[in-house]
Amino acid sequence: MEPLRKTLSIHTSPHIASGADVARIMRHVIYALLPVCGFAIYAFGWAALLTLVVAVVVCWLSEVLFCRLLRKPATLADGSVTITGILFALTLPPGLPLWMTVVGAFAAVGLGKFLFGGLAANVFNPALVGRAFLQAAFPGAMTTWSPVLAADRFSQIPSSLLAAPFMQPNYDTVSSASPLALLKFEHTPTPLGDLFLGTTAGSLGETSSLIILLGGAYLIARGMMSWRIPAGILVAVAVVGGISYVADSERFGSPLFMLFSGGLMLGAMFMATDPVSSPVTHRGCFVYGLLIGLVVVVIRNWGGLAEGVMYAILFANAVSPHIDNWLQPLPFGRKPGHGRERGS
Amino acid sequence: MSTRPLFSFFGGVHPPMHKDVSTGQPIDVMPLAERYILPLHQNIGQPAKPVVSVGERVLKGQRIGHAEGYVSVALHAPTSGTIADIGAYPVPHPSGLSDNCIVMTADGADEWTECVALPDYENINPSHLRNIVREAGIVGLGGAGFPSFIKLNPGTHKKIDTLIMNGIECEPYITCDDMLMRERAAEIVAGIRIIRHALQANRVLIAIEDNKPQAIKSIEEAIRGESAMEVVACPTRYPQGSEKQLVEALTGKEIPSEALPLHVGIVVHNVGTAAAVYRAIMLGEPLTSRIITVTGGGVAQPRNVEARIGTVIEDILAHCGGPTAETRKLIMGGPMMGFALHSDRAPVVKTTNCLLAATAEEIPDRGPALPCIRCGACSDACPARLLPQQLFWYAQAKDLDKIQEYNLFDCIECGCCAYVCPSNIPLVHYYRFAKTEIWAREREKEKAELARQRFDFRQTRLEREKAERAARHKKKRDELHSEEPSAAPATETKKAAILAAMERAKKKKDAPRITPANTEALTPQQQQMIEEVEQRRRQSRPNPEQQSAASNGDK
Repeated sequence: MEPLRKTLSIHTSPHIASGADVARIMRHVIYALLPVCGFAIYAFGWAALLTLVVAVVVCWLSEVLFCRLLRKPATLADGSVTITGILFALTLPPGLPLWMTVVGAFAAVGLGKFLFGGLAANVFNPALVGRAFLQAAFPGAMTTWSPVLAADRFSQIPSSLLAAPFMQPNYDTVSSASPLALLKFEHTPTPLGDLFLGTTAGSLGETSSLIILLGGAYLIARGMMSWRIPAGILVAVAVVGGISYVADSERFGSPLFMLFSGGLMLGAMFMATDPVSSPVTHRGCFVYGLLIGLVVVVIRNWGGLAEGVMYAILFANAVSPHIDNWLQPLPFGRKPGHGRERGS
Repeated sequence: MSTRPLFSFFGGVHPPMHKDVSTGQPIDVMPLAERYILPLHQNIGQPAKPVVSVGERVLKGQRIGHAEGYVSVALHAPTSGTIADIGAYPVPHPSGLSDNCIVMTADGADEWTECVALPDYENINPSHLRNIVREAGIVGLGGAGFPSFIKLNPGTHKKIDTLIMNGIECEPYITCDDMLMRERAAEIVAGIRIIRHALQANRVLIAIEDNKPQAIKSIEEAIRGESAMEVVACPTRYPQGSEKQLVEALTGKEIPSEALPLHVGIVVHNVGTAAAVYRAIMLGEPLTSRIITVTGGGVAQPRNVEARIGTVIEDILAHCGGPTAETRKLIMGGPMMGFALHSDRAPVVKTTNCLLAATAEEIPDRGPALPCIRCGACSDACPARLLPQQLFWYAQAKDLDKIQEYNLFDCIECGCCAYVCPSNIPLVHYYRFAKTEIWAREREKEKAELARQRFDFRQTRLEREKAERAARHKKKRDELHSEEPSAAPATETKKAAILAAMERAKKKKDAPRITPANTEALTPQQQQMIEEVEQRRRQSRPNPEQQSAASNGDK
């Protein structure tokens, strides 16, 4: 059978695969994010929808541009840049001028992803890099919050959204403060129910802890996300926040307030768990989560900013390779009691 | 069945098993072929050395290869016939290269050589039993091919508590052990009794994965009344059949990284090996055939065959109605750890447990590898508890020191990491590459070290010689200078010196050139023998004067 020898294909073992693929994982993350986007649109109307669309489209275009420039194969189809776009939009305040969104989305993909070499080479979460860029460039606009569930949210587009580039945006309505800023600067706590359901001011996707938790639970149940990272974050925030609350309940928020306010849930479920920039070892994931939780509470309680999730995650991203290195699991047969001696 | 609390092992995967493809029919004995190719290297360790010559007639079961070195076993003729050739032929190896083989042409008589059975093995010294197993050419039939007689040696320092019989067969598609346990349980159990006797083991655990209920039933019936033997049904998971993982799953003991199960009082043998041991001891038959699963969409009648060692793969595939036109892959072993064959002209060997002729739909080509997204699925699947993504990273960077810090050599190449990888990265291939790079580097280092030592030694020798020469010259010069006053009769002294030198040279010539080491207290006969030898020596050297003069000239 001469033909057989000619048609045999030679590969190394293993010859079979489980069928898991990156695009499928990314697709499920997008599914988990869709309810969060839906709620953002419900809560903030046209502003949310436009910001989401603009952010995702600009991320796509930047991805195509950078792939061309760097002569890399196009990676648009794997879905990771779509997640970057959605997550980036969800961290923005609802009234942010769209031109800023464009700049931030471009920075997210350019600085956060391709500066390091593209897919899976980034040290930091690209969406958060984009947000950090805007926070540094436009601190005012990034901390101006539109009221939630405004009556005219579906009837007109806020004029601030359409502000011309480099012009002072003109906010139509009286801006409201986020629950964290209210507590920090005005010592006014927000009711927990509002925080949990999301009927508070805040960034597009961070307000409803309930919906974010559902999305996270979906990914964990599908085995597509490490539960150890969010667990570490929530435990650290509850414990450290609890201790500071016991020490000074006038000044600091309660642990439950800490858990359900600001970007903590969104960060814990969808940003810190980005596999590329987080550890892989089981213990490392937990330690990484604890570290993020600790830094969040420290910034919120004692820092100059009302919110600290973004910086906490970026900081932990930077140390995550060291955490993995430090907490390497012991391979099979190398338990300390074992020694390495051979019997005979 | 055992109710023993089972332990577990870390990691592993659950690939689709496809076992029933080949279990529909009973074991089919392959008819005699015309030609057999017997690679001399079929086991871990050293290859056998041929003890037959081309053209010689051999009988079935006759030894044609001699075990060379300790970690080696004998090789036997699979049928009667003539030795057609000894030389390089294609062998089943990932490289696709040829190796030394003995080629036999069958004469059709299939005439056995004389077999010596030892049914009374209980009264035979275990070391003698081991030797028979070695001479019978038995290696581990599970796939690795480690000479079995070595694992029949309990050693002197440790009592063997548990003999584990491995009937796990955790790789997809492979069913040869399953079918053997179903059909020849009595042979297996008889072999287990012999192995247990050789090891003096307290108890025997026969481990079978719970996806083989018929095999479990059949072995349980065969061990009825054996108080020390027990069947343990293990929940199916790949790679449970790996020796160390199996020991942990059954006993909870984690064997240290560089040790053997023997060091915790455990020995593991494959069930197929037990059947071979039974045949060697009770019937006196060496290992000349084995059960091979022939499966996959590339053969029309997938089933298990009993094939003689050395049968050409082409013949086996043809016997099972293959290969079909859709066959795109031919794998020896299972799809997780087996290797792709380059051609079907190679023969099957003692370690061939499966021939998987697969179509492109069954085993599609791996897609292009994407960047690692560090999802960590590989480290959750790794039974060696390594960090495969880190190993990959360092293998890619060729950072051979760092990769060893991450314990590359604890990798058993089971393939779980690459199996679960969503980015399609051929991880195991990277580890093999890194391992061979490290071995090559070690060899280079050793070579360089040897060369350095040689160079250093030569340098010291040259310096020493130079110093000696200088000292000699100085001495000479000093002597000459001391004779300076009597400079006038210099020619006289020179002449005298030359004469004296010639005298010395003549004396040296006459004296025996070699001083024999053993010259005292010789008997007259010895004396005479020496004389005779000397006589012959002088005769063989017609002009000794010239030779010695030439050699003296150097001094």
